[in-house]
Amino acid sequence: MNITVVNLIYLAAAVLFILGIKGLGKPKTAVRGNLMSAAGMFIAVVVTLFDRSIVSYEYIIAGVVIGSLVGAIIAIKVQMTSMPQMVAILNGFGGGSSLAIALAEYYAKTHIPAGAAAELMAAPFGDGIMGLIAVLAISLTILIGAVTLTGSFVAFAKLQELMKKDYGLPGGPVGNGLLLLVALVAVGALCVEPTNATLITVIVIAALLLGLFLVLPIGGADMPVVIALLNSYSGIAGAFAGFILGNTVLIVAGSLVGTSGLILTKIMCVAMNRSLANVLFGKMAGGGVTVSADEVYGGKVKSAQADEVAMMLETAKRVVIVPGFGMAMAQAQHAVRELMDVLEARGTEVEFAIHPVAGRMPGHMNVLLAEAEVPYEKLIEMERINPTFEETDIAIVIGANDVTNPMAREDKGSPIYGMPILNVDKAKTVIVVKRSLSPGFAGLPNPLFAMDHTYMVYGDGKKAIIEMTTALGSA
Amino acid sequence: MDMNTLVMLLALFVLSLFLGVELITKVPPTLHTPLMSGTNAISGITLVGALLAAGSDSSSTAVNNILGFVAVVLATLNVVGGYLVTNRMLAMFKRK
Repeated sequence: MNITVVNLIYLAAAVLFILGIKGLGKPKTAVRGNLMSAAGMFIAVVVTLFDRSIVSYEYIIAGVVIGSLVGAIIAIKVQMTSMPQMVAILNGFGGGSSLAIALAEYYAKTHIPAGAAAELMAAPFGDGIMGLIAVLAISLTILIGAVTLTGSFVAFAKLQELMKKDYGLPGGPVGNGLLLLVALVAVGALCVEPTNATLITVIVIAALLLGLFLVLPIGGADMPVVIALLNSYSGIAGAFAGFILGNTVLIVAGSLVGTSGLILTKIMCVAMNRSLANVLFGKMAGGGVTVSADEVYGGKVKSAQADEVAMMLETAKRVVIVPGFGMAMAQAQHAVRELMDVLEARGTEVEFAIHPVAGRMPGHMNVLLAEAEVPYEKLIEMERINPTFEETDIAIVIGANDVTNPMAREDKGSPIYGMPILNVDKAKTVIVVKRSLSPGFAGLPNPLFAMDHTYMVYGDGKKAIIEMTTALGSA
Repeated sequence: MDMNTLVMLLALFVLSLFLGVELITKVPPTLHTPLMSGTNAISGITLVGALLAAGSDSSSTAVNNILGFVAVVLATLNVVGGYLVTNRMLAMFKRK
């Protein structure tokens, strides 16, 4: 097909991607947006298949069939609670694909068949500065693609709980810095000596290890940042691959995804009041005066049974439910929806308070509650719900901890001081559904649990909520 | 590729970054998970590059075809898995 036609169709595909992301701006237009973006993908792929330089289709057909089958099966089977793992592994596939493309391109350039034009043999990557840029694009794609590949697989293993401990490289950030330095020196050397395949091997190995050790020490509540960042990397790797191939649609799509991931990363960091460097290399509880759990809780924590809570709920006019990762763990989203239904049937106003970093990825709680058919208008962001806690009769916290810790607001010595929190403690009565008084990810006791107007309901979140609903329904 | 083409591509890259910022900041937090999986599917556009690597005539060696094949499998997984799972999630937001 004529190259001009190909490029015009790539332009159309890029426009469809842009309109698709624009559609994601509202729940009502989001499905259509996603379909437009998929249509863009389809035409870009079809027009590429007609590219004159494609001569054999065996590998293409085999690859597309395998990828489509496996992709469709996991996309249909995956549970909504496992969405963070799903996104993590998809990021890894994207990074791996860019890595493989860059390696293939490098191999093709360094194994030019005998009999090719003499100038191509002499400077396979092109002359002067253009050759330099071609080598740079290939090596940077390899670097970012490889980091994304192993980093995402570690993130997947952690979220899937295949790997429970946090391991670190000796020297922590220094070790990672050395690996990055080795990779960058190899990139530099490759620019001088483009045909030295050993250097490519060094880049690949250093980058694979870097991805591994970058994510290994990170766990739990820091995962949203890691996933968003890897999402960004997979986009950037794609954009760089676009520079290798001189392909416009790869550059546009890759940079859109790259910025998307970066913006989400920033939102997550702001919501934790931490810098990106601190999330990646630091420890949550860095310095500050730590209070012991006994000091905070000693004799002050009250517990309640589900039927007692139901009695309190009977007279409540406004109830705010505060979900956290524990709700996902307990698969309690449907039980929570039923509690909402019973409350609303009694004339009680119910809303949900969503902290930006609740769960293990941006928007995790929203997806779970949408699955349970909670209307999205009831899912209220932190800034909008916080002023309403004072007029809230009962706040029910289910599986959330650090994001409700009043020390973040009041205790200047606390390691989490300054982190924006949900002002759950301002509600007239607080119910906390939790297995035990064990600390959250930050490892800190939560004074909310010991407040006069707080009642702990110990046990499995789903069971506790169902018991409340049953007791309330029969009241 | 010559210098002019490169500068054009660079312009495209930089302008797309700015466009990305404008577009993404308008997406509400409720849709952040589908946004991630949806943009993830878009990053599967590397499939276009993978197809060229897997089937191009300059890459007639086995090593190239195998690398191209791996790239096609991974990118297709990204595209098909990403769009389907995003569609599944968004359908839940739409219904009433």
